[in-house]
Amino acid sequence: MTRALALVLTLLVAALFALSLLVGPAGLSPATSLAALIRGEGLAETLVMREIRLPRAILAAMIGAALGLAGAAMQGYLRNPLAEPGLLGVSGSAALGAVIALQTGFAAQFALGLPSAALVGAVLAVGLILALAGPRGGSLTLILAGIAVSALAGALTALVLNLSPNPFAASEIMFWMMGSLADRSMTHVWLAAPFIAIGAVLLLVQGRAFDALTLGEDSAASLGVNLSRLRLVLVLAVASMVGAATAVAGAVGFVGLVVPHILRPFVGARPSSLLWASALGGAVLVLAADIAVRLVLPDRDLKLGVLTAIVGAPLFLHLVYKTRAQGL
Amino acid sequence: MAPLTGRSTLACRRASRALAAALAFWAGAAVAEPPERVASINLCTDQLAMMLAEPEQLVSISRISHDPNVSVMLKEALKYPINHGQAEEVFRLNPDLVLAGQFTSSYTVGLLRRLGVEVAQLPIVNSLDQIPDAIREVGRLLGRGAQAETLAAQFSADLAALRASPDSRPRAALHYANNYTSGDKSLANDILTAAGFANIALEAGLSGGGTLPMERLVMLMPDLIISGQQYPGASRSEAVLTHPAMNALRDRHAGSALSDAEWVCGTPAVLRAITRLQEAGE
Repeated sequence: MTRALALVLTLLVAALFALSLLVGPAGLSPATSLAALIRGEGLAETLVMREIRLPRAILAAMIGAALGLAGAAMQGYLRNPLAEPGLLGVSGSAALGAVIALQTGFAAQFALGLPSAALVGAVLAVGLILALAGPRGGSLTLILAGIAVSALAGALTALVLNLSPNPFAASEIMFWMMGSLADRSMTHVWLAAPFIAIGAVLLLVQGRAFDALTLGEDSAASLGVNLSRLRLVLVLAVASMVGAATAVAGAVGFVGLVVPHILRPFVGARPSSLLWASALGGAVLVLAADIAVRLVLPDRDLKLGVLTAIVGAPLFLHLVYKTRAQGL
Repeated sequence: MAPLTGRSTLACRRASRALAAALAFWAGAAVAEPPERVASINLCTDQLAMMLAEPEQLVSISRISHDPNVSVMLKEALKYPINHGQAEEVFRLNPDLVLAGQFTSSYTVGLLRRLGVEVAQLPIVNSLDQIPDAIREVGRLLGRGAQAETLAAQFSADLAALRASPDSRPRAALHYANNYTSGDKSLANDILTAAGFANIALEAGLSGGGTLPMERLVMLMPDLIISGQQYPGASRSEAVLTHPAMNALRDRHAGSALSDAEWVCGTPAVLRAITRLQEAGE
């Protein structure tokens, strides 16, 4: 079952990645696109394929994987299907860190200043949420803490952008709250890639610990799982991935909620399998959403978060209803 | 007691204004006195007023005129006190005339008019041909018709001397923040054309302003890229101006120029923009 799932998801990622490279306002034929991308035929075509479309497709896959994996890990650790970096204010806090770095010039002074600042914002948010929610992560506390952190981060982001001397900054609150991959470049790929890779490896090797945790904390501890260490790894890895993703693409919500929820039945609810499956599933979702925004409104920068929220919010309401019925 | 005094002063002022207006009406428009206290709340009217007003006639200009990024007359502008374009502070200046732009907030303009202040809204200048009209209009409003006539004639003569009509026009792209560009019927398009270039936005079928996706701009392969200026602080909107694809196009194919403060307003400063563009094309 899991092997078939892995194959299907990998094929979907590959197909959507290829489609993402072929969709765009320049209207290049697939043959021309391929010749330009691989052999560099034609200056204009090569620039379009290598500098505009390729980074966009890579970022969509990378950011989707990061958000899917982060969602699955948070849900596994808190054993709560409502946990998600966007809803809990982790993405919003990462955006605040990124905006502060950009407006103070910190991002321009250090090569990795932008993702590092976003990571710091995300660490503060994850740390605060876990501290408030406690090890069991009661739904109500979790969501209330998330609302408070999101609201504060959003307000402070708006404040920083309004104080900026730049006339365009204030209108970009939408980008930071909803996310977009329009006109990003290879520079952004290189900024985000190391942070996302490190976070992913840190989490994927913890699969066994997440499995053990489904039996409860005491049983997990008796199976040799170091819970405080797992907590630290989770905070750092989630912050690293969500921070880097948000720093370059803004806060894209609901990916970490939707993807693990859809894939859970296919992996027999095993957290270790859900981690990698959610990474692939997240890549599928964000690649598809980013293709959709280009097809729906080709000339306008429709935000990614708009589409993910349209899919994710009803599911979230459904989950709220279900957890209420269970009396959590 | 204080508020009462304030209110009665206001009422007094209103009455005197109404009286003045009535007198002006009786006297007929032909002998209208030039305004003694003029306030400008728009960057472009600031510039025309500074060029034409009598000493002491212009009492305040907009805050933006002190911004070195967009003000072409910074040195001159620093001699004037600034306003922030808000009705309350402008009313306190007790102006006889307020100069505003066509798109100045309608709330500000409406409030000032209700308070009895005369507000003149000048239309946006969309072409080089409208510049002499704008100069004459401000001159008429300020009662400086003769000075305006001289300035307008000088501008028209200078423009005629500069205007290029080459056999083959290099193709230029106007690339502003958020991939915005100016097409037909815009001042920027006129500046480009006068300097001897053809605007690629017209090839892309854009009339007026609009966004031209970077992919399409690159595919059109312009000979010259005229980028919008960047402001301090950072913004994602301006990041497209230095996107690797645009940088590569500049390095390997196109020339580059900057669209700065001289491009913003329909004033004689556009002549300098045309000259610089012609130099960039050589």
